[in-house]
Amino acid sequence: MVDSLYNESNADLLNIEIKLLMEGVFLRYGYDFRNYSKAHIKRRVLHRLGISTLSSVSRLQDLVLRDREFFIEFLDDLSINVTEMFRDPEFFKSLREKIIPKLKTYPYFKIWVAGCSTGEEVYSLSILLKEEGLLERCQIYATDFSRKVLEIAKEGVYQKNIIEQFETNYRLSGGKGKLSDYYKSRYGSVIFEKELTNKIVFADHNLVTDTVFADVNLILCRNVLIYFEKSLQDKVIGLFCESLVPSGILCLGTKESIKFSMYEKLFEIIDEKSRIFKKRIG
Amino acid sequence: MYKAIVIGTSYGGPDALKIILPRLSIGFPVPVIIVLHIGDHSNEVFIDYMNSICPLEVKEAESNEKIREGFIYFAPPNYHLLIESDFTFSLTTDQKHNFSRPSIDILFESAAWAYSQSLIGVVLTGANSDGAAGLKMIRDFGGMAIIQNPCSAISPAMPRAALKIARPEVRLRLEEIPDKLIELVGFNKKNSEMF
Repeated sequence: MVDSLYNESNADLLNIEIKLLMEGVFLRYGYDFRNYSKAHIKRRVLHRLGISTLSSVSRLQDLVLRDREFFIEFLDDLSINVTEMFRDPEFFKSLREKIIPKLKTYPYFKIWVAGCSTGEEVYSLSILLKEEGLLERCQIYATDFSRKVLEIAKEGVYQKNIIEQFETNYRLSGGKGKLSDYYKSRYGSVIFEKELTNKIVFADHNLVTDTVFADVNLILCRNVLIYFEKSLQDKVIGLFCESLVPSGILCLGTKESIKFSMYEKLFEIIDEKSRIFKKRIG
Repeated sequence: MYKAIVIGTSYGGPDALKIILPRLSIGFPVPVIIVLHIGDHSNEVFIDYMNSICPLEVKEAESNEKIREGFIYFAPPNYHLLIESDFTFSLTTDQKHNFSRPSIDILFESAAWAYSQSLIGVVLTGANSDGAAGLKMIRDFGGMAIIQNPCSAISPAMPRAALKIARPEVRLRLEEIPDKLIELVGFNKKNSEMF
């Protein structure tokens, strides 16, 4: 196992090898993990090593650089795709109460769900917009750098055994009906209504290496920035700031903040606890 | 010398921490970083309460925050807490580990990488085996491993698992743990009062 390969005596070597691996991944494939949280990357790399027969990160690097299929698998290791519907119900409640009334004043608006992963959050948003009579008036862009998760998101099929948690979250978030109004059960799965995806464009976009998105009115990017080092967080918040229209809304995860970012002054706080911010005018 | 203390506990944890943490007084020379399994909801009330009974400042660990000595940090509910080699915190929403998020193992393992032999790991009362593998790693890296004596724990499963897997050098009753920590970090109250 891993602990026999790396320990306190070669901790520095491990750090060097991981650094080279990330550099290699960037040069070879364009995915940039160089400014991701190092402890997180180390954990994921050691996990991959632990379930393989490879004897070092350098050997792993050899495989990653030469075998694209293996790289795609490795990419999965580096990204976190654990999410839920209506995660942090208080946030969705706040969104419904504080932001939706404002969106109702627009004839048409655009939303960007950045780092949408397997789609649970964007379906939650669609349901909320439908209940508020706004789904027809919007365009939603749901983006992620992983094509694999985008495929899952497009399908809208989830395991039945987790739906109970989603139901609870939905209820706590101020949902107006039952979550089961929006899906059909089939065997061990639930399938969400296709209607919910009518206004969603799923697209491959990398927050670290790609550029700004079209003028959007609302951005949801929750539990993505926590994986970034400070400098990269700043860069991405800048990207959001540029992508938003004046008075546009930015929603971050409940443990993420624009506090101490160089863009802090360009936003005002709408809901401190739920991390909802508004871009200032001018 | 030891540079940090990490503590993991679950069932019975709040009561155990109420005995240990208030005994660490102003000037305590290292940070204390804690994973307490307390459910998915906010631990604000618990942190406020701990602050009211502890001389040291108690707070929730924040993403990218610099770890400071003399502070007591708690992992936020529903996030894993990791320590970076530049002694800042990272949070992740990665899968549950040992049915837990935050997981004690994940904190302990990242802490072992960051602090190596300058780390003290403590496993207290709890109902599952989270923390055992992490405590073993702390020990393997030359750090100090401590468990609450399972016989004296409200829920002995967690320290018992840690005992079996990590073979810690120190097993203590809860009431003995604060003095041991104070001794290990070389904290001398008289010295700190002279400042």
